[in-house]
Formats: sequence, C-alpha cells, structure tokens
Amino acid sequence: MAEEHYLELSENPVQFEHASSVNNVFFDEANKQVFAVRSGGATGVVVKGPDDKSSVAFRMDDKGEVKCIKFSIGNKILAVQRTSKSVDFINFIPDYPHTEFSQECKTKNASILGFCWTNWNEVVFITDQGIEFYQVFPDKRSLKLLKSQSINVNWYQYCPETAVILLSTTVQGNILQPFAFRNGTMSKMSKFEIELPVVPKPAKLSLSERDIAMATIYGQLYVMYLKHHSRTANSPSAEVVLYHLSREGSCKKSHVLKLNTTGKFALNIVDNLVVVHHQSSQTSLIFDIKLKEPDCALNIHQPVLPARSIHPYRIPLSGPAAVPSQPPVPCQLYSSSWSVFQPDIIISASEGYLWYLQVKLPPTVNLLQDKGKLMDFLLRRRECKMVILSVCSQILEVGEKGSLPVVATVFDKLNQVYKDYLEAEQSYTQAMESGPSRGSAAQKRPVRTQAVIDQSDMYTHVLSSFTERKGVSHKFIIAVLMEYIRSLNQFQITVQHYLYELVIKTLVQHNLFYMLHQFLQYHVLSDSKPLVSSNQELILRRRVCGSVDAPHLPLSPSRARLPRRAGYVHRFSVSLLNCVLSGVFAAVSGEHVPTRTPAVPGHAEASVHGQRRDHRGSAVEAAGSGCAQIHPQRRWPRQRVCAEVPGRGAADRRPDAVLHGV
Amino acid sequence: MLMISPKMASGMQEKQYTPSLLSFFIYNPTFGPREGEEEKKILFYHPSDVEKNEKIRNVGLCEAIVQFTRTFCPTKPAKSLHTQKNRQFFFEPEENFWMVMVVRNPMIEKPNKDGKPPTVEYQEEEMLDTVYGAVVRQCYSMYKLFNGTFSRAMQAGGVELLMQKLEKFFYRYLQTLHLQSCDLLDVFGGISFFPLDKMTYLKIQSFVNRVEESLSLIKYTAFLYNDQLIWSGLEQDDMRILYKYLTTSLFPRHSEPELAGRDSPMRPEVAGNLLHYGRFLTGPTNLKDPEAKFRFPKIFVSAEDGYEELHLIVYKAMSAAACFMISASVELTREFCEQLDSLVGPQLTLLASDICEQFTINRRISGPEKEPQFKFIYFNHMNLAEKSTIHMRKTASVCLTSVHPDLMKILGDINCDFARVDEDEEIIVKAMTDYWVVGKKSDQRELYVILNQKNANLIEVNGTSPLFGIKQMYVILTKSTPSVPVISSSPYVDPCLFFSPFSFFFITLEEVKRLCATQFNNIFFLD
Repeated sequence: MAEEHYLELSENPVQFEHASSVNNVFFDEANKQVFAVRSGGATGVVVKGPDDKSSVAFRMDDKGEVKCIKFSIGNKILAVQRTSKSVDFINFIPDYPHTEFSQECKTKNASILGFCWTNWNEVVFITDQGIEFYQVFPDKRSLKLLKSQSINVNWYQYCPETAVILLSTTVQGNILQPFAFRNGTMSKMSKFEIELPVVPKPAKLSLSERDIAMATIYGQLYVMYLKHHSRTANSPSAEVVLYHLSREGSCKKSHVLKLNTTGKFALNIVDNLVVVHHQSSQTSLIFDIKLKEPDCALNIHQPVLPARSIHPYRIPLSGPAAVPSQPPVPCQLYSSSWSVFQPDIIISASEGYLWYLQVKLPPTVNLLQDKGKLMDFLLRRRECKMVILSVCSQILEVGEKGSLPVVATVFDKLNQVYKDYLEAEQSYTQAMESGPSRGSAAQKRPVRTQAVIDQSDMYTHVLSSFTERKGVSHKFIIAVLMEYIRSLNQFQITVQHYLYELVIKTLVQHNLFYMLHQFLQYHVLSDSKPLVSSNQELILRRRVCGSVDAPHLPLSPSRARLPRRAGYVHRFSVSLLNCVLSGVFAAVSGEHVPTRTPAVPGHAEASVHGQRRDHRGSAVEAAGSGCAQIHPQRRWPRQRVCAEVPGRGAADRRPDAVLHGV
Repeated sequence: MLMISPKMASGMQEKQYTPSLLSFFIYNPTFGPREGEEEKKILFYHPSDVEKNEKIRNVGLCEAIVQFTRTFCPTKPAKSLHTQKNRQFFFEPEENFWMVMVVRNPMIEKPNKDGKPPTVEYQEEEMLDTVYGAVVRQCYSMYKLFNGTFSRAMQAGGVELLMQKLEKFFYRYLQTLHLQSCDLLDVFGGISFFPLDKMTYLKIQSFVNRVEESLSLIKYTAFLYNDQLIWSGLEQDDMRILYKYLTTSLFPRHSEPELAGRDSPMRPEVAGNLLHYGRFLTGPTNLKDPEAKFRFPKIFVSAEDGYEELHLIVYKAMSAAACFMISASVELTREFCEQLDSLVGPQLTLLASDICEQFTINRRISGPEKEPQFKFIYFNHMNLAEKSTIHMRKTASVCLTSVHPDLMKILGDINCDFARVDEDEEIIVKAMTDYWVVGKKSDQRELYVILNQKNANLIEVNGTSPLFGIKQMYVILTKSTPSVPVISSSPYVDPCLFFSPFSFFFITLEEVKRLCATQFNNIFFLD
C-alpha cells in the first residue's frame, strides 16, 4: 500500500520534563516556549523554545502556585501570575535590578483571567470586567496604565501574530469583541456575533473557549468556530465556521468547512490548510479555503482529501524517560492528554513533547484523483516544487487515453503562477528603474515561491527525461511538447530555446521533417534572437539531409532512410540551424547533445564554421560536402531585362491585340 | 469543351478555339512485344470509340518516338512532340508504363468570303510544355492517390485488374480536366496556406493532438480552413495531391449545393445543448439513418515501406475541415463514426468560429481591401506555399483568371526560363502598351507581378517602384499602423501567411538599411 499519511509530527520535537504533581507545565503561544516550573520555581524553571536561543533555565522564589508564566518578546521581562489580583514581573535584562515587582489590576473586585505580552515592554491584563493595557518600565520597576476598557469578559483568546485579543462577552458568550494592539495603542474593532446552533433558555454561557480559535490563513486573520452538531437544529454533523476578521470593517462569516461527522475535534493551521483532528476516529481532515467547490455559491468546503491518521510516531531512544536498551515506543496519537495550539503545535504534557504538525505532500498525489484540483492544491503549498514536478512526470508516464487534456490543464495552471511571478518581477524592475522618487513605500521584490515552476525546471525534471524514455510514442511526445509551448504562448511567456530544441530533436529523430517545416512556417518554432538585417549572410541554405548524407557520419540502419524522406530543402537561421544540427547529430549518434545556449549570431557563425566531433571522437568538418555553409559573399542575381521581347509569342506578334479582354 | 473567346462577342468574325484534349492513353510496350499482339500493350485509351487499328498506330508512334529519342539522350526520354495541329506529352511514371496525352493546339478560325471553308490558323506557340507536362503528372498522382501504383494493381490482379481500375478512374477524371484553364499554378501545384496567428495555430495543434490521442485509430490528420491548409500530418508530396483533390473536387462539390440553399449544413436534430455544425463530407451523410453505410474513400500515401492504404474521413464544421486518415485494414463502424462525430463536432465548431473571429478581426485591422496596384503570383518551392491574386476562387468546373491568357503565357515563359538555371534571376518584360510583367526568383521563391503603369519606361520601372531591383527578397509586412513595418528575410515568412492581417511588399536592401537608420525603433524584425 502506498504511503497515505499526509500529516506527520515533526522529527525533532521540543522535549521538556513532563507534567507531574511537582512540575507544572505552561505554554506561551506568543514565544512558543514551554515552561516547566518545579515546585513553584524554587527548584528551577526550565524554558524550552523552538530553538536553543530561546531556551532558558533559572530559579525563582516560591511565592505560591504559578497560574500563568510568560516572557515578554525577546525574553526581556518575565511575568508570573500567582493570584487573581496581581501579576509579578522579573527583569531579565542584564544590569537591571532583578528583584520582583508587582502590579495589581486597577478595577476593583475584578479578577485577572490572564495576561498577554504585545511587545517587549507592553502587557495586557484581561480581567472578568475588562482589559487593561500597561507599559512596563523595568528600570523603575513600575508599570503605567496606557488604556483600559471595561467590559464583561467570560474568556479571551490571543493571536500573537496579529496582536489581536478576542473577548467573549454577554451571558451566552457568543458576542465576540476583538481588540488590536500596535505600538502602544489599543484599538477596538467591531464586535460580532457567533450564531449558536441552539439558544439556551434560560440564558447561560454557551460558547466555550475551546470551540474558538484564531489563526492567519493566507495572510488573513480568521476566527474559527467549531460548531457542534445538535439534534434540535438541522445540522446532522459538525462543521467549522470561519469568520474573516479584517482590521477595518466588520467581521464576516466567510467559509464553512463540512466535517461530516460528530465528536471531539481540535484545530490546527499548517501551511495555510485548516487541519481538523477527530479524536474518536483518530483521523484528521484537511481543508483548503482557496480550493473552490464548483457548485457552491457560498464558500462551503468539503475535505480536500479523505480522512487519514497522522503518521505513526515513535518516541526516540534519547527521550528523557527512555532507557537506552529499550526500542522506541510507539507514541499514542490523538491522546486525550494532547493539547493543541495555534497554528501548528501539539503538546503532550504527560509525555513531555512539543511537536510541530507538518503536511507531507507526496501521499496527497495518490489520494487526489482530479489532477487539476491536485495542482491547485499543491501550488499553494510551501514545499511543493519537487512534488509538482513528480506529478507532471507521473501524468506523462501513464500516457493513458485522454490524458492530453489533463496535461493541458496542468500546464496552464503551472504557467498561470509562472506568469504572475514574471509580471510581478517585471513591474518591480520597472519601478526600480524609474527611481525611488515616486512612492517611497519601496515596492517589495516579489518572492519566488516554490510554486513558480519555470521552463528550465520543466525541462530538467520532466520533459528531457520524458522525451528520452523508451516506449512512448513520438506522437504523444510531440503532442505534450506542443501543449506546453501552447500554454506558454497563451500566457505570453517567451519560450526558451531548449524547448524548441527538444521538439526539433524529436521531430528529426522520427524523420518528421514536414512537421518541423510547418512549425517553422507558422513561427511556432522561432528564433529567440531576432536576426539583424545588416548581417543577412546568416541566412543559410542547406539540406538537412546533406549532413546525414555525409559519408563520414555513422548511419545506423534505422536512420538510413532519412535522406529520402527529407527530400526538400530546408533553410535555417543560424541559431535554429544549430538546433536542427544537434538534433540530427543526436539522431545519428544516438547521443543526447547537451542544450546549447541560444546562439548569438557571431558565435553561431563560428560554431558552424568550426569543427564538430562525431561520437567516435574524430573531427567532422561542418562545412564539408553538403553541410551548412554561410555565403561569405553573396552573388547578386543576374538581372535580365527583356523589353519588347523578340520571339515571345503573343506579345511580339500582336502587341495590341492582347489588351483586349483584360 | 470549347471556349469561345471574348473576341467573338465583340463582333469580330474570328472564332478562337482553346486547347482541348484529343486523346489520352496508357500503354506498356512489354505486354505485347510480338507482332500481332500490339493491342495488348494498350491499357487504357480515351476516347474509347476510336478504331482499334488507329489506337495501335498511335501507340506505336509514341513508342517509336520515345525509342528513337532515347538514342540521343538515354537518361532523359522525350517529353513532348510538337506538331502543327497538336502536341503530345509523354510521361513514364513507372518503369515501362507510359502515359500519353494529346492536346489539340489552340486555333483561330477565320471565315472566308464566298462560302469557302474557313481558314484555320493553329497557334502552336501558345502552349507551354511545362504546364501540360504537369497536368499529365498530376493525372498519375491523382490515380496513385486513390488506387496506388500501377504495379500494385498488377500484383493484385494482373493486367485485367489494372485495366479495370484505369478505366474506372480515368473515365471520370478526364472529364474534369479543364485544359483551357491550365496555367502556371498547375506547374507549381502549390498549397495555399491559411494566414493565422501563432496562438490560434497552437490551438489547432492542440485539437489535432487531442483527437488523435482519444481516437487512437487515427493515423494522420490534416486541417484546412476556407479551403486553405493549416496543418498536415501527411508528408508534403502526399498532402500536395490530397490538397488538390480536396480543393478542386471534394469541397466544391459540397459547397455548391450549400450555396444554392439546398441541404442546409445545420443539423435538424440537436442532441442536448451540444449544438454543432459538424458533418461528414465523405462516408455517411446522415448518421441517424439506419441504412447508412460506413464506407469511406481509400487513399494511398507513401510510407516507410512503399505505401500504405488509408480510409479518408473528411469532416467539416462551418469553414473548418479536418481530414482524418485511418489505416484501411481497420473496419470502420457506426460506433466509431458516432464517437468521432460527438467528439470532433463540438470542438471543431468552436475552433471554426474562433478562427473566423480572428480572421475578421485581422481583416478589420488591415482596413478595407483596396484595389491592389498590381497582381501577383507567388510560389515558394520549399514549403509549396502559393498565393495568387490573379486567380479567382476555384470551383469544380472552372478556374477563372482575372488577366488575359497572353499575360499568363508570359508568366509561364518566365517560369521556364527560371527553371533552366539555378541562380537567382530577375526578368522584366514589357508586354503590351501599359503592362509590365516582372518575374523574380530568389532562393526558393518565385514572384510574378503584373503591373499596369501608364507610360512607365524601363528606368522608372526599375528605379522607382519598390518592386524592382530586389537583391534579396525582403518582405515588409505593414501592420494596421503604417508606421510599424515588419521586415523579414526569413524564408519562413511567406506573404501568403500574413496577407490578411498585413499588407506587404518587397523592398531592396538599401531601403532596409535606410529604414533601419531612420526609424529603427518602429521596425520589427521577424524571423
């Protein structure tokens, strides 16, 4: 069975001491740090971050049970919440006093639900009666209230990437109030309501913190609501509803992800995909909100792929609890001790692991039969290049009936992305050339993502090996190459010379000179470098068969018929000629002639006059019998003038009569 | 068969007779070498009602002439025999098989007074060997296209079968020869290509490839639009003769009823919304007819090992025609035809309207068609591309030219001169009071221009007109905006491929240099 697990846990998890009665574990989403606090900090606090730099170990006095512990951005200040009234701060900046200082919440009788760092020295307290925005002065060991807002809060969520705090308000908890923080300012965004499946009577808190998550998908902030099924409402299965939260304007319900099942779920965002874990079936689903369902006006999405479990994971030997002699233990996936954090973090506190969830693209190839949809899916993924190229090879390999339209669709999709990149690049270059005077907002150089598959990628990884594969009909090869050239032309992308060379080589190998001829005639194959008129000697007159006829060239029996079939004259400009020549040489010697860079007229002249080597290694004079020759001095045509020609029949005998009837 | 010249109508008392076919026969001298068995040599004789002895005499004469002239030049046997009243053309397509065509010279009948019989003046100089020699060769090529070679018939069923085949084919074919309208174009036997932009061309490629892929029985495909070729999967020589058949016989036969309003091409029964205009020009006229026969004409084309026999399916939607060729060993069924119809019909209809749209856009850009200052025939030996503004649209029965036959004769003469030498040449002929005829041969291309410039003398013609003194054929294609000329010296830029979106003319090297120096920015070089 082919590999089908398209999700996996990262190979190098962050390891920490697992949670126990003496060891409390905390996770900070902003810095992605895990805090292992032993005995309230007295026997040590070990902080593990995604890399070694963000890992710290220290001791602090045990002043009661720690409820929440977080570093400010850059590990400058540590904030610890031990009571519901106040938060304690410890400087971690060298040369600053290390003694703790404390800040109580301003609102009387309020209890602190939690706090979030929005900058290295800015912190927000969320209390059940509102939020308070402070600036911390580590040197003075004091805080200054910047702004506060009173509002009844049930619970809150924080999205560190966008510095947006979401508060659940009202009795039912389904009115959400977002606040955005930036450089010392706090701005209230417009609130919105989550539609509850059932409205409880009497009113009670019905929207759980667990069912809401915030994440950025394709650069946009979304609030994800896990809407459980309910028997009374008309929803047979659970779904995820995405609310698009724009900085200005209102929050709109934008996407619905159909889960087609019920039970306990958890959400992750990986590579802009929404991953929904289902605990009871121990499987996960993925959704791509940019993948349009053809028949849905509203953005209702079905899973991209069938549900599959995360790839089985074995706890490595070097694990903290493992004895060297023991084999790696299979890790229990979808365990109830797992905690899932945004965007892609899974923590098993009982085992002391933090994993990043990853999407593996190769298994998706076999799970998604619709190649067009597969391409759309792959083109939006981060590490997609090699997978896309392998899909291209695979489609060509199968070569079953009716695959040509599929090939065409795939090429068009690839070239759309390629074209978009080229255009962005071009407008950037133009903007740079026009100088920085206009719009100092300095246009960013477009990033070349892996999805940009250019002609050389296609050539190197797909087309060149495809054309050399045995047992593929030349008709199919030419059809595929023409389809690619058509697609490039459709997007007005200049076709690279080596693609023409590939076409020419294939045509020459199969004696299809007339086809070649017609392609040239309609400029389907054309010179990439225009010929300059003053140097028109570059036009060559030759017979292609001439060079094959040359006695010093080895002829395999199958090629011996070439001259007869190619019984008409071909003329080529130099760079094209080079192409054809290498095609002929390859056909004759059975060797692949490496791609030559498009010929510059001057160089081309040299190479035609110069010597070529055939596969036996002996020098072959290119300008030998029947081979290409550049006319060094063109003979001007004879010009004959015959006015009133004698002996020219009618014109001579009856000069007047001919006028009649014209 | 006699055509009467316009002079008749103008009241003159002369009657002019155009060349006409006197006889046409095929023989093989090895079939009846002994005396008394001469009749066996004759494989086909037209007209058939000629007395046996006369047939034998004529054949014998030809045989003797060929034998006799062979002694002077063993490699090049005689091609024609000129006599006062007629001219005979000899052609040996296959070893020992001879085709002979006897054409009566054009003549003028001058009535005499007093009831005397009219004087007949034969104009033996008016006929060109090249033109009628080409006609004979074409006869053979056409026979070969539909029947294969003579020796194939001999192998399959001996002399009897060959004679049957010859009788069956030539009886009808000779009636379609219009010797009076044969001219330079018959010598070229060229192909008219449809001017098309690259993108539309690639779309057609894509269509052809897809059809060939999904209907893998199809071996070759050819694509035409407006009776002009766009794509041929066949080899050049085969395409040349097939093109001739399609454009002079098959298409006109089908377009004439259309023009007359009968047999509307729109199908009465439309399945679903797959509205399409596709129909078979060969094979079944109506797929729904339970009696329909799925037989297609067979053609022979050259292949790796001699020849191969193919079914010829011609399918047309609006002005686009696709020819599909399938190995004759395959039996074609109703299912296959239905499959082809449902696959090709909608796509071809769409493609045809695409091309038509593109074509009309180009037309509109190039502006209203002006009366050209000159008329020309262009031919490229390399790709057989031809273009004539002299000839009207060909129909099944006649090929009309817009210039006087005498001018056509001059063109033919110039062509003969060109054929004699390999070098590039230019010939200027002052034909009649106001006509200049210029022939130009450059590399593989030939251009003939008929110019009517009042009172132009040689120096003016040669010096001022952009057409003369061309050192190398530069083609200038002027796009809609006249300030953006495109210059090309590429052999693949054929004016006939660009004629509709562009107007074009040829200029000298000096002119190119001048243009480059003065307005380089506005010139595109095309190659």
